[in-house]
Amino acid sequence: MTKEEVPKEVKSFMGKLEDALSQAEELELEDVEIQAEELIIELLTQAPQLLLPAAPPAAAPAAPPLREELVKAVFEPPVFTYAGSIAEVQIGATSSEGGTRRRVVKVGGAKCPPFYRFEAVPVNRPVVALDVFDLVPPLPKTIKAHYRDVLKDHVAWVNKCVEEFKSDLVTLHLVSTDPALENRPAEEAARFVRKVLDEVDIPVIVGGSGNPVKDAAVFERVAEATAGERLVMASVTIDMDVERVAKAIYQHGHNVLALAFLDINQVKELNRKVMGAGVPKDHIITDPSTGGLGYGIEYTFSVMERMRLAGLMGEETMQTPISCAATNAWAAREAWMESPEWGPREYRGPLWEMTTGLVNMLAGADLFMMLHPLAAMMLRRAAEVLSKPKVEKELKEVAYERWATAKL
Amino acid sequence: MPKLLRPLDVYRHLPGTNCGECGEVNCMAYAAKLIERQRRVEDCKPLFKPEYKAKLAKLLEVLRPPVKEVTIGVGERAVTIGGKVCMYRHELTWYRPTALFFDVDDVMDEGEALKRVKAVEAFEMERIGVKLKLDGVAVRCVSGSPEAFARRVAKVAEATSLPLMLCSYNPDAAEEALTVAGNRRPLLYAATKDNWRDMFNLASKYKVPLAISAPGDLSLLKSLAATARKKGLDDLVLDPGTFVEADTLAETVNAFTMLRRAAIEKEDAAVGYPLMAVPAAVWLSPPGGEVEAKMAECYIASLLMTRYADLLVMHTLDTWALLPILVWRQNVYTDPRTPLSVKPGLYEVGPVDEKTPVFVTGNSALTYFLVRGDVEKSGRGYLICVDTEGISVESSVAGRRFTADKVAEALKASGVEGRVKHRTVIIPGKAARISGELEDLLKGWKVYVGPRESSDIPAFIEKVWSKEVSFK
Repeated sequence: MTKEEVPKEVKSFMGKLEDALSQAEELELEDVEIQAEELIIELLTQAPQLLLPAAPPAAAPAAPPLREELVKAVFEPPVFTYAGSIAEVQIGATSSEGGTRRRVVKVGGAKCPPFYRFEAVPVNRPVVALDVFDLVPPLPKTIKAHYRDVLKDHVAWVNKCVEEFKSDLVTLHLVSTDPALENRPAEEAARFVRKVLDEVDIPVIVGGSGNPVKDAAVFERVAEATAGERLVMASVTIDMDVERVAKAIYQHGHNVLALAFLDINQVKELNRKVMGAGVPKDHIITDPSTGGLGYGIEYTFSVMERMRLAGLMGEETMQTPISCAATNAWAAREAWMESPEWGPREYRGPLWEMTTGLVNMLAGADLFMMLHPLAAMMLRRAAEVLSKPKVEKELKEVAYERWATAKL
Repeated sequence: MPKLLRPLDVYRHLPGTNCGECGEVNCMAYAAKLIERQRRVEDCKPLFKPEYKAKLAKLLEVLRPPVKEVTIGVGERAVTIGGKVCMYRHELTWYRPTALFFDVDDVMDEGEALKRVKAVEAFEMERIGVKLKLDGVAVRCVSGSPEAFARRVAKVAEATSLPLMLCSYNPDAAEEALTVAGNRRPLLYAATKDNWRDMFNLASKYKVPLAISAPGDLSLLKSLAATARKKGLDDLVLDPGTFVEADTLAETVNAFTMLRRAAIEKEDAAVGYPLMAVPAAVWLSPPGGEVEAKMAECYIASLLMTRYADLLVMHTLDTWALLPILVWRQNVYTDPRTPLSVKPGLYEVGPVDEKTPVFVTGNSALTYFLVRGDVEKSGRGYLICVDTEGISVESSVAGRRFTADKVAEALKASGVEGRVKHRTVIIPGKAARISGELEDLLKGWKVYVGPRESSDIPAFIEKVWSKEVSFK
């Protein structure tokens, strides 16, 4: 029944009712019989609508207090669909897979932007790899203090990282192969890696010296000596003979870590070259270079975010897991320098490195190279917390609102 | 992708007279600048004439960002939050850096509370030529007494010109506090499912921005916001709840992400408001010891700042813990379209004369400010910035942007030769490899390889340069 069809008497009654309602807070209807399918009384006051139930209740109950009511709205999760997904890379191979590792690590596999849980729960939790050096470079005091007892024993060093510092895997940096330092031959470096592997359970990332010519030779030898172990060789760069090195690494069943220099086009070009050498997506991890917090981190953050989004949109060359060298945080003096004004560096340093990793984790990084044990443990914990398959606690049970009124 | 405005969308709501009063050559150029936030609506004086009233209203509507801007406080330290137009900073830029508020309450000792307030107000740290500061004070009603709360708010308001946030779920306490500080445009925290009628009335009556809190219930949050909008309230801040525990933090990140995507990419106006997070909630049940709790609070702050929090309420005031948050805020809110660099050329540091050392470095803004600060500490210096396209020295040496040729050329072009009596130049330790070639190019000059870290410049000047370079 529309308003126009309402009989005169009712109209007049409604008019009176409206007047009464607009003046009263509450109104009781007594001895009223209403005969209508549904009666909507439009009020002039702020109250949106008053719906009376279908007739006829012999004696209408007291009307609800006339108060403003909430506009009922439903929040719909803004779910999108994606044309692509990120490859999953397995690091390490067990005996049944042709290697000798007791533990393997899987990275990548994302089906939506990082931690968009309303679209998908993370497939693999981001992982942390602490650094182990065959020749110890100059390190900030606050870091060195934690490794002093194992600096000369690489197996003990690896085990300390894993057992005490909860590192998922480690990076074995072959610093000594640097022609500008000890120039240790590739064969010797390969024997060293093999020896360490024979004594530890976990897979490792093999780090070169940064010299493109020497690294190529080192990776070839190490790949051969550790065939089938599915390690990661870090890093293959654009200034190497990419095709040759990538082929050699993959031929022995390992993964390639492709390192580009903060330029999304270079990332694309390098990944394309590695793929062109016959290495499938699930054997490539890409590091677009990490600027530490305060030292260009925003470039890294945006390059990673663009890579991940492009990959999800279907861009093949961007569908590799992302590696982040959070260790670069230590280039910032805020991380290591003694300064009374900035407060104790023992706390400042690890928080600096952790923050560098954390924000890049939000941009899409899947694997973190780290130095400080505390930073590594905090970041791993954050990764675990953010990647939980399901949130166990009912949010309503948590008395969050107490923050405003409790003594903190 | 968010819907980004085109100049034509804005142009049609301008007078179109190309008068140039705004400082741009024509209305179209002004429209482009408005979109980029490099000009303000107020710059177009004619728009405020009565005949353009309709255009002005339409223009403001068109320019309204998907996340509304909300101003808290008055005067010089007033802070505006929100104003976001994209999810990902590479799409345009993130405007309106996250505001950091620090709590005091009404049961702590008054002296202690005011000391905290002063510490927040005075905090300042210079980085890359910008002073990093904290933004506001959140006064919490712990006593439960409206009078005690109002007294504390009055004292805090008297002690600082910083923006305030008044925190109580009790409308009586809120109103008492508003009678003493309502004229400061404080953020009123918070309207909830239980008190929203009263809180909406207070926000209308005192014309203050209002936080809406619906922890863990986004439909309720949206319902409350929609109801507030209907009542004409538009300066809103949304609080979806900051759950910080190991088994709930993921949901917090999820909620913030959903809200921002809904606002920007689904254009859901009811949630198109700034978001607030409370890392201080860590202290409700601190994990482990004090240091651990501080670290947790601070990394959660960086986490939620990255995931769209426009305002953070913090408890920890230690510099070591705040530094990463402040630097990350500075970094993530830079305009990704402009590289941070300074003009190449000669800079004077301190009172220079003919016995002043000459330093060469790159022109990345970060390099410049770090080196400049360290040269200052060493006394004085001429600082020549070579054009490295805003890239660090280390990368420019590798990328052939910092070569002996370029350094020699920059040194000659600087005219420093005519200003100093000595013939020595100090290059960065990280550019050591160009020293030989540079000495060949600069006949009669001695090239010093300085320290790898510029923080060692004062020691280098004192122990090496001053001893070796003599002026007879």
